[in-house]
Amino acid sequence: MSVQSPVEPESDLAPAPRQPRRVGFSQTLSRWDVKVSPYLYISPFFILFFITGLFPILYTGYVSVHKWQLLQGQGDFVGLQNFADVFKQKDFWLSLRNSLSIFILSSVPQVIAAILIAALLDQNLRAKTFWRMGVLLPYVVAPVAVGLIFGRMFADQSGLINQLLGYIGVDPIGWHVSPLASHVAIASMVNFRWTGYNALIFLAAMQAVPRELYEAAIIDGAGRVRQFISVTIPQIRATIIFIIITATIGGLQIFDEPRVFDSTGSGGASRQWLTTTLYLYNTGWSGQYNLGRAAAIAWLLFLLILAIGMINFFATQRIASGSSGPSKKQRKAAQKRYEALRKSA
Amino acid sequence: MNSIPAIEQSAGRGAARAAARRVNRKVGGYDRRPAPFIYILLGIVVLIGLLPIYYTLVIGSSDPVSIAQKPLPQLFPDASLFTNFKNVIDAQAFSFWRAVTNSVVVAVIVSASTVLFSTLAGFAFAKLRFPGRRGLLVFTIATMAVPTQLGVVPLYIVMAKLNWIGHLQAVIVPALVGAFGVFWMTQYLEEALPYELIEAARVDGASMFRTFWSIALPAARPAAAMLALFTFVAQWVNFFWPSIVLNNTNPTLPLAIRLLQQNYFVDYSLVMAGVFLMTLPLLVLFAFAGRQLVAGIMAGAVKG
Repeated sequence: MSVQSPVEPESDLAPAPRQPRRVGFSQTLSRWDVKVSPYLYISPFFILFFITGLFPILYTGYVSVHKWQLLQGQGDFVGLQNFADVFKQKDFWLSLRNSLSIFILSSVPQVIAAILIAALLDQNLRAKTFWRMGVLLPYVVAPVAVGLIFGRMFADQSGLINQLLGYIGVDPIGWHVSPLASHVAIASMVNFRWTGYNALIFLAAMQAVPRELYEAAIIDGAGRVRQFISVTIPQIRATIIFIIITATIGGLQIFDEPRVFDSTGSGGASRQWLTTTLYLYNTGWSGQYNLGRAAAIAWLLFLLILAIGMINFFATQRIASGSSGPSKKQRKAAQKRYEALRKSA
Repeated sequence: MNSIPAIEQSAGRGAARAAARRVNRKVGGYDRRPAPFIYILLGIVVLIGLLPIYYTLVIGSSDPVSIAQKPLPQLFPDASLFTNFKNVIDAQAFSFWRAVTNSVVVAVIVSASTVLFSTLAGFAFAKLRFPGRRGLLVFTIATMAVPTQLGVVPLYIVMAKLNWIGHLQAVIVPALVGAFGVFWMTQYLEEALPYELIEAARVDGASMFRTFWSIALPAARPAAAMLALFTFVAQWVNFFWPSIVLNNTNPTLPLAIRLLQQNYFVDYSLVMAGVFLMTLPLLVLFAFAGRQLVAGIMAGAVKG
């Protein structure tokens, strides 16, 4: 008789009753081993996770309703005063605008470029691994390093980008002056580091698409572009949603790149590129030294990410199942046609 | 007419498939070797990734006067690069070797602990049955969506209470475990570790821990190596939390390099030399383990 489960093998293993057997100490020990071990194995993680992850999240709520300065420590309970104060600060609203703008400028082109690069990689290439590693290379450059490199390339005076633009007759752009230009510069840093990474995720999804679907599409007379639009995109829908959600969580938290975009790190002379996370940092640890307010900003940022994440989730579900490519019904019908043809042979 | 359905009817399914594959090759299906322009496009993509790194070498070989006059003072790096490396290493603003040591210590300890605790918990979640298993796992995965910023204020308050501000443990301890690691190892062990092996070990009288140590741990090795790699990279480039709890006298590398930029007069040849020094270890790591990074990203994607 075979053992069914790893949990209590003893009972199954016990030989047919010959004589009453004494339950030995080692057996009791073994039973306890089986019962307690799972909890022992997860407890180091959960104990540490509770202290460093969960407790701080809950405690943020407590701090956010108290007067709490960096140096003086905890003060009186002030209700929602910190939130009201944050709402009254012009910088908060500027930071929301900047974060949203940088987020859109970084996520939309990034997802599109990543899908296109993945489509290039999703072929019978020579030296596959080389190309895959090639597109991933920027991932090992730290965001701070990317920020410093691009900050220099996008310099207003004697910057490489402005010079290149000069060759094609474009006037120098004030990358560190105009809000939109600075957002484009910062978004390009984010795109530099993450496009290749996301392309590999899309590539994995594309390779999981059943090849029969392409064969069916070819039988129906679809060319390469049509195959991409009608088979590939609908098939990797779940991955597109996944990437957009992670891009939302990451994109609204951008800190490193704007922090090093100039030498002061304050988000620009008129806060052109002050992101919400940078604003959170400035409120807590440089300038206002107000931890109560910083905690309030943390909550607001969390709610914002949650809201945008939800909007994106529903929007992408809609788009992916609606306008682009054939509907589920059409796909099923096409598949049926294909099956019918096969069977009729 | 020689359409594929016709072939299928006259010559059977296999012939139709072969025909489809032939057409497939003609119209550009999967089996065909791609056209040269695909390689050219990919080459451009890779080049875009390389150019900024090359740019750091060129600017790092220059000097502040030339940089102020011309956006690209020279086309190739030269020996001044090493002078600038030396200047970064000897910089007054911070101790370079201290920053390097700090970064290595943080990245190594955090990677090791993440792998150990994640594998333990992942083994329990993937292969052991116990009350509360599903709920705890779902809960852990759900917390992955919560941004790190949400916890930084209280975490800072705790670190200040412990008098850890300015010390390395303030960076290490909060990073010792992560929900992603547990999710990752659970996913992997669920598939890679057959129940039969665990049963065999138990039948042979191995304790639960012995089973974990001799059976689960070796089976988990490929995923553990990838988790260690990703954790190492993430810690090496980490900037936000260290810039809250560390100061200029005891920085990690990203903080130190940032200090080069904070002078009243910024010498970008030094900044870029520093940026390259900071990136170099990861470039070396990438040369040896880039394949694993690629595989790790692609493996995580199929399941995630």
